[in-house]
Amino acid sequence: MKVKVLTKKEELCIACGLCEEVCSNAFFKEKNRDKACIKVKPGEKSSIDVCTQCGVCIDICPVKAISRDKRGIVRINKKECVGCFMCVGFCPENIMGQHDDYIEPFKCIACGLCAKECPTGAIYIEEVEIEKQEKVTPSAV
Amino acid sequence: MDIKTLRDAHKLLTEFKYELGTVERGYTNRTLYINISDNIIKSKPVTQLMKDKFIGGKGFGLWYLWNAVTPETKWNDPENEIVIAGGPICGITQYPGAGKSLVCTISPLTHIPIDSNVGGYFGPYLKFSGWDALEIQGKAEKDVIIYIDGNKGIVTIEEAPLEAIDGHVISEELTEMYADSEEDKKNISVISAGTASDYANIGILNFSFYDLRRQVARLKQAGRGGIGRVFRDKKIKAIVIKFKGTKGNLNNPANQSLINKAGIKLHKQIHDLDDVQCRMRKIGTANIIEIMDEYDLLPVHNYQYGSHPDTHKIESNVFIEKYITQNMPDGCWYGCSLSCAKAADNFELKTGPYKGHKVTIDGPEYENAAGLGANCGIFDPEIILEANFYCDTYGVDTISFGTICAFVMECYERGIINKEITGGLELNFGNGFAQLELLHQMSRGEGFGYLVGLGVRRLKEIFVRDYGADPNFLNDIGMEQKGLEVSEYLPKESLAQQGGYGLTNKGPQHDEAWLIFMDMVNNQIPTFEDKAEALHYFPMFRTWFGLMGLCKLPWNDTTPANNAETDEPAKIPEHVQNYVDLFNGITGMNIDKHELIRQSERVYNFQRVFNIRMGKGLRKHDAMPYRSMGPVTVEEYESRQERYDKQLRELVGYDPEGKTTEEKIKVMRTYREDQYEKLTDAVYKRRGWTPNGVPTIEHLKEIGMDLPEVIEVVKPHLQQEACC
Repeated sequence: MKVKVLTKKEELCIACGLCEEVCSNAFFKEKNRDKACIKVKPGEKSSIDVCTQCGVCIDICPVKAISRDKRGIVRINKKECVGCFMCVGFCPENIMGQHDDYIEPFKCIACGLCAKECPTGAIYIEEVEIEKQEKVTPSAV
Repeated sequence: MDIKTLRDAHKLLTEFKYELGTVERGYTNRTLYINISDNIIKSKPVTQLMKDKFIGGKGFGLWYLWNAVTPETKWNDPENEIVIAGGPICGITQYPGAGKSLVCTISPLTHIPIDSNVGGYFGPYLKFSGWDALEIQGKAEKDVIIYIDGNKGIVTIEEAPLEAIDGHVISEELTEMYADSEEDKKNISVISAGTASDYANIGILNFSFYDLRRQVARLKQAGRGGIGRVFRDKKIKAIVIKFKGTKGNLNNPANQSLINKAGIKLHKQIHDLDDVQCRMRKIGTANIIEIMDEYDLLPVHNYQYGSHPDTHKIESNVFIEKYITQNMPDGCWYGCSLSCAKAADNFELKTGPYKGHKVTIDGPEYENAAGLGANCGIFDPEIILEANFYCDTYGVDTISFGTICAFVMECYERGIINKEITGGLELNFGNGFAQLELLHQMSRGEGFGYLVGLGVRRLKEIFVRDYGADPNFLNDIGMEQKGLEVSEYLPKESLAQQGGYGLTNKGPQHDEAWLIFMDMVNNQIPTFEDKAEALHYFPMFRTWFGLMGLCKLPWNDTTPANNAETDEPAKIPEHVQNYVDLFNGITGMNIDKHELIRQSERVYNFQRVFNIRMGKGLRKHDAMPYRSMGPVTVEEYESRQERYDKQLRELVGYDPEGKTTEEKIKVMRTYREDQYEKLTDAVYKRRGWTPNGVPTIEHLKEIGMDLPEVIEVVKPHLQQEACC
């Protein structure tokens, strides 16, 4: 299916950390990179971990609290979530968010706020063809 | 029958309303007492003594049971209790294997306390409903259901005449009855037994959890020791609990962060390594079927042999490829990423009252494939799955049934019993349909199947009394101790595992110690002292899971990548630290790995003294049938002749050249039985017990289990041992 997801060009990243601040501020009203759904790892070549909306976590969830919405974005229903964090441990991109201040995980919903603020265009929203990884949980779409 | 008809037939016997509790640092600090003789329901406080000495889980269960019974109490006396308790860690969702219930009762097989560790959602929901334990005493007049509504604060006892008794049916009926909607079904857990539990001493309890994806109530079993028989004798059809609102912090832990860190780290490890380690997510415990065969440890033909050329027909991949639904999150409680609770869906039954039904089968576990399969010479995966299904729904322990069935098959093949005695059943090894027929008979309380349900110990008595069997031979080949059937590993070539089975509290179940690889394959514990240390440490360590409401499997069925480089790889030091962190994270206490063992030692020794109080628990009760130690028959010896001849030469200093097999068996037996006695001496010494197996007062004081009632039980035994 075609989904608008957050996409990256790591070679353009200058590891300024603005995306992380924008993200945590949008979600949690706090500038704290530990609470961001995007993770930048500074280095000689910076790397960026972003959610690809692959959907592996949909099947991992024991209470079907994770599903794909009509835009194709993978979302967590916090009301249903029992806080087991298996999705955190099994995320292939290692980007499912978790912070001890909260009893549920959190993740990127491809809102694009971080991309708008990125000074170098290292992250952007793009419509891409994705292969859905969920096999056993019926899609909410 | 529709649900409304079932419900309309209920008659309310009593209702108890309670204030919803809160969980503080893993404890609700009260327990629920229900007497179904008098329909009394009340709340009891958890005392500081209970928390200090018994911690929770089976510690609470044994303590309540001790106070409920006398040395004369029989399993079917009304004062016998069934106690169900989680433990302080039970119900956390972040660490794999944290939803276990521990069930204690006086066993109809052993007549001493039995404890069984079971999954499903009941234990966590009991705690979230406000109770650290559920204590059931008395006997109802007519079949009843006990219902606990953990959101409304209501407990009822209701007569329930119309519901089915078989586990898979009643679990569905009651899940449907008490859930408000399909989404609400996950908030229900049902405890049931099955029709065979009405007759068989090997009865089990089924604990349900609702599988949201398969849309079926799945069943996990409190299997060992006949708890289901006690449950049905009390005329309980089911216990139902409902709790809506599970979240990740309901234990109100002192330090959630410690728990989160340990849990996520283990999730990642399982994600990275399980596919190349135990494949628990793919096939669960059945992953070891072919491994046991390879190492000559798979019980075959009533533990005569350790492997079979047909094992490939029931190896794990056969179940993976043909029967088990893959890639499901198969945890029996939330957060179990090890996910070993496998299931075969849409399995069409070929026999019995549900013939033609397409059912979901929980399993096969390794023990089922080994016990129902190889040990009975049955290498047909579909027979194993069908027997697995019927055992569960009829409320029969697959392990005991497999071992009993193997025993009667050997008796049949050796002419000790015949077709006339079995009611026409040809009980040759490999006759799967005869095995299934035994189960169907057991569920109706009829025929030879009824006798099989009484257990190996009773069958030995009956075969000697009625059919003139040789008692010595039956004692050699009947694989039971203390009345409990041996679980499905061949311990013959591992002295430490003979101790792992024999020197146990509840009887020969591998949950105390599984030392075969350490001992036999890796030769890590060569001396008696090494073995004794292992038979101290591991039973104590494993006891701890039962105090907490934890599962053993995430301890050593997944290992950190660098585990082999640690100082004590067999203990999995990183995981031991995780458990210390979980306990401290929940309770706010500050224990270390040594205090962890001490916590267990108190309860372990208490259980030993409890056995002594009930007339067992001494050295003579720790003897094992010789089949578990060495070759009883010529065929067994000759199947491993090279190995045994070499041992006679090198270990015994006996030249086997020119000797008959019978002569060699005799010499080997003297040697091996002596080894077991020496091991027993060393283990008792390490555990702080006398040569007769009685905990000394000094030891009880040192570990802090010197309650006056405990000392009172050991004192006369110690005095007798000192003087005679």
